[in-house]
Amino acid sequence: MPGRPERPRSAELDGTPVGRRVVLGLLGLGAVGVVTGSTVQQGLSRALAPVQMRDPTGLSQYIPIGNTFRYYSVAGAIDSVDAASYSLAVSGLVATPTTYTLADLRSLPQAAITEDFHCVTGWRVEDVPWTGVRLAHLLDLASPSPEAVAIRFRSFDGVYTENMTLEQARDDVLVALTMYGEPVTHYHGGPVRIYAAPMYGYKSTKWLSEIELTDRTIPGYWEDRGYPLDGIIGE
Amino acid sequence: MTVRVARFSAAERAVHWAVALLMTACILTALVLYNGSLAMLVGHRHTVALVHVWSGFALPVPMLLGALSAAYRLDVRRLNRFTDADWAWLRSKDRRSGRIRVGKFNAGQKLNASLSAGATLVLLGTGTVMWFTGLVRLSWRTGATLVHDWTALALGLLVLGHLAYALRDGEALRGMWSGRVAVHWANREHAAWADEVEPG
Repeated sequence: MPGRPERPRSAELDGTPVGRRVVLGLLGLGAVGVVTGSTVQQGLSRALAPVQMRDPTGLSQYIPIGNTFRYYSVAGAIDSVDAASYSLAVSGLVATPTTYTLADLRSLPQAAITEDFHCVTGWRVEDVPWTGVRLAHLLDLASPSPEAVAIRFRSFDGVYTENMTLEQARDDVLVALTMYGEPVTHYHGGPVRIYAAPMYGYKSTKWLSEIELTDRTIPGYWEDRGYPLDGIIGE
Repeated sequence: MTVRVARFSAAERAVHWAVALLMTACILTALVLYNGSLAMLVGHRHTVALVHVWSGFALPVPMLLGALSAAYRLDVRRLNRFTDADWAWLRSKDRRSGRIRVGKFNAGQKLNASLSAGATLVLLGTGTVMWFTGLVRLSWRTGATLVHDWTALALGLLVLGHLAYALRDGEALRGMWSGRVAVHWANREHAAWADEVEPG
């Protein structure tokens, strides 16, 4: 009768358990990949970097060796801001609150940092060159009041915030204006973003609009969602 | 009238379509998380990531629940086992001719099942250490990201291949949708299985 459950002693059940071996094999390969992947990736990205830098089609960025930037945006669509209308406020617990245009920032002393960019989730981009104004220099110009201990960064995406202590801010942290020798693009958080060399990417606020000095550390967007307050690479 | 035989039980079909739905959610959100242009267009990364991660964590649940069904367990055993005929089928150039009498699943379907299951577990493990960033050291998270990317690409291609074969064969698709297939289709595609279940 159609529809009755079959009663097998099916020959199909006598074979070797290849399916199980495939599953276990993939799990083993995956585990080896997790442990050795960082080293393997370093080799692959060294080998492929010249290709990716010169690839006119841009297709090579889709080779998933994990050494290219991924674009994180926590807001909806973000309107780009052009060089002429951009402004950055330094506010809060400072003696001289200031608003900088992009031209103002460009006229200040520029510093350069070339470092690996690390995302907390694991991807990394090697040797990214940045230039911009040292955050420490902007803080000096603003003269923080004695009760100021931390910074709250804001983004013109309207959502993102970040925190950093004043002490951390005086380390290798740039108010970055260029990346790879070009003005920071909108996709990378331009025209002005933070680049905090000692820290994971989420500490480097994109589409920077305000640097507010505060009397305590106010957890930022990802810190509210469980990421560490300090976000030092390797910790 | 076409004579039909039962191919998949209600429990098996429920597992299949639940997994299909969750897999689709994983793939669509993965595209947004991975592709820069889509990421910037859609934004809301945290929400997209939450949908991705929880669809991923939920993915094995229907398969585990399926183990409560005897029909599901039996088909998992069939998919697991490779007979001499399966190897011959894989090696042959006329595998669609019906010369080699195939059981309920052909060797390609068996490979698809085990590769999908293995890849899903790898994605689950690597995704877990990427999402809960405190679990393992940074270099392992970097390795996990690399493995997750490559495995996702491979599984994505596997799913596309699976869809292409399913859409090319209406009767196979009907089998997974209604649970029943035409006997003449079963005789042609899965002759050894058809002998087991043939009415009369």
